[in-house]
Amino acid sequence: MKSEDFRALHAAAISARVAAGTLDPAEVVAASFARAKEVGAGREELNLVLWSDEKVAQADAVSVKKGMGPRGGGGSLAGVPMAVKDNIATLGLPTTCASRILAGYVSPFEATAITRLRMEGAIVVAKTNMDEFAMGSSTENSAYGPAHNPHDVRLVTGGSSGGSAAAVASGIVPIALGSETGGSVRQPAAFCGVVGVKPTYGRVSRYGLVAFASSLDHIGAFARNVDDAALVMETISGIDPRDSTSANIPVAKYREQFVSMATTPTPLDGITVGVAGEYFPEMLGTDMRRLCDRALDLLRSLGAKVVSVSMPHTSLAIPVYYIIAPAEASSNLARFDGVRYGMRRSGSASLREMFGDTRSDGFGPEVTRRILLGTYVLSAGYYDAYYRKAQSVRTLIADDFTRVFAGTCDVLFTPTTPTTAFPIGQITDPYEMYMSDIFTATANLAGVPAMSLPIGRSNGMPAGGQIIASHFCEDKMFRVAYALEAALGGEAHQ
Amino acid sequence: MAVSHSEVKHVAELARLTVSDARLDELAAELNGILVHMDVLARLDTSGLSAPSPAPGCTHLRSDSSGPIPLMAPREAFAPSIREGFFTVPRLATHEVTEAADAAGPTP
Repeated sequence: MKSEDFRALHAAAISARVAAGTLDPAEVVAASFARAKEVGAGREELNLVLWSDEKVAQADAVSVKKGMGPRGGGGSLAGVPMAVKDNIATLGLPTTCASRILAGYVSPFEATAITRLRMEGAIVVAKTNMDEFAMGSSTENSAYGPAHNPHDVRLVTGGSSGGSAAAVASGIVPIALGSETGGSVRQPAAFCGVVGVKPTYGRVSRYGLVAFASSLDHIGAFARNVDDAALVMETISGIDPRDSTSANIPVAKYREQFVSMATTPTPLDGITVGVAGEYFPEMLGTDMRRLCDRALDLLRSLGAKVVSVSMPHTSLAIPVYYIIAPAEASSNLARFDGVRYGMRRSGSASLREMFGDTRSDGFGPEVTRRILLGTYVLSAGYYDAYYRKAQSVRTLIADDFTRVFAGTCDVLFTPTTPTTAFPIGQITDPYEMYMSDIFTATANLAGVPAMSLPIGRSNGMPAGGQIIASHFCEDKMFRVAYALEAALGGEAHQ
Repeated sequence: MAVSHSEVKHVAELARLTVSDARLDELAAELNGILVHMDVLARLDTSGLSAPSPAPGCTHLRSDSSGPIPLMAPREAFAPSIREGFFTVPRLATHEVTEAADAAGPTP
């Protein structure tokens, strides 16, 4: 299969042709690996991939073809190659979280999301680079070096799921999984010019996702178009007894509505889109504002009503997030102590010394910083001033969404990020880096679904528009995104 | 509320991190550089507010029972040190080290 033919195929088209017997999964896998080689996805070039093994992937392709999988060879993702962020457990494959402390760790179990995708015939072809333990907004905090943006190798991919976003953007895979705690799917999706989805908290099982901040963590998806993103989310959503935070709420067939929308000139009739001024501050660049205005004009032309709303606590999201997330991380990452799995520093004289030496050797600077910060805000004397306070303000942020969605709005539209991708090494101040998440962290704090889709380019780099919906209203979010994507057409990438 | 060197050292001990004295300056400056941005929260009146549920109504309780851990590989495949099914670790404290104990190997 020619590289351009492979890149033109979306996941839904691959599975349809595999199911019809007109495309061999082995051919698709070979094309994926050829494309990875062509773009230089390995360590020495773009540095998007931490693990890949064509023999393993080809063995899976044979299983799909022979119908050896539980669903036979005709699943909804039959023969579709996918990339997986390296903090999601994949049975028998490395899961390192891009950290020295988990170097060489091979998972003895599998994330529910991966199992569900494999059941539908998807094939894991790569584990992708990321910020260590998902702590970062640029994929520069990886123990294996920074990932490079395929649109301009001098720039970051965004993060923390930068490797997955860039693998989709560069045509290595049509779909990928990432994870979100404060925007780690949507922000790199915007920087790399692909679709990125964060579901409602509880919509997708986190079983097998290495925990960072449990009240904020989500598994999300990347794709080159909204239809494929909806296909992945339909597949991985739903209750899982192994995750007590997964919701027992039926999952809608998000893609069914797309069929009727395609024949309607105003598919967003009856939809009200809220625009909050707090997401369009003075510092927002002219280009980003222009692209958002164009997207809003298109939404109006599609039948949507656009109204102004107020989200007065938006600016507090970063201070709140960077108290709660490190606090939860300091607890979750206590398990990496050199006892049960991962690396252990040898030569320590005592158990306590071994804990300290192993963790200090194993964790990189940003993870160390966040563990210290989290431990500090939870420690005696500071708990009320920081942690309890942040939890209370989190309620105010969540109330902003509750009020807007209980009123007239079906969805909100915002820019995904304040800027496009920035140069590798440019941002050295931790808090300045944290501000990359200013438009995305709110949805994690409130638990509402949100997604980013390409809305054009600024200075030659992709820019993302964000659609946010109410809890478990992913169907509305996908409806608006699908219509906007179709209306933008080629403009989405210009 | 500026973080002092001694507080960084104390917090590092709580977090089981070994931090050299040479790094205390740098870490204290970094933490203070971040925490100064949190001061905005102190000015808000949050009396009567509590933590929200990330997604109302989604959390359910499971039965208080244990089941098999679905590991597809033995612990030996991923443990740093294991003997007879037990994870082995260095001695709890250096003062417990004796020649006889050393000869016996790691304590399960």
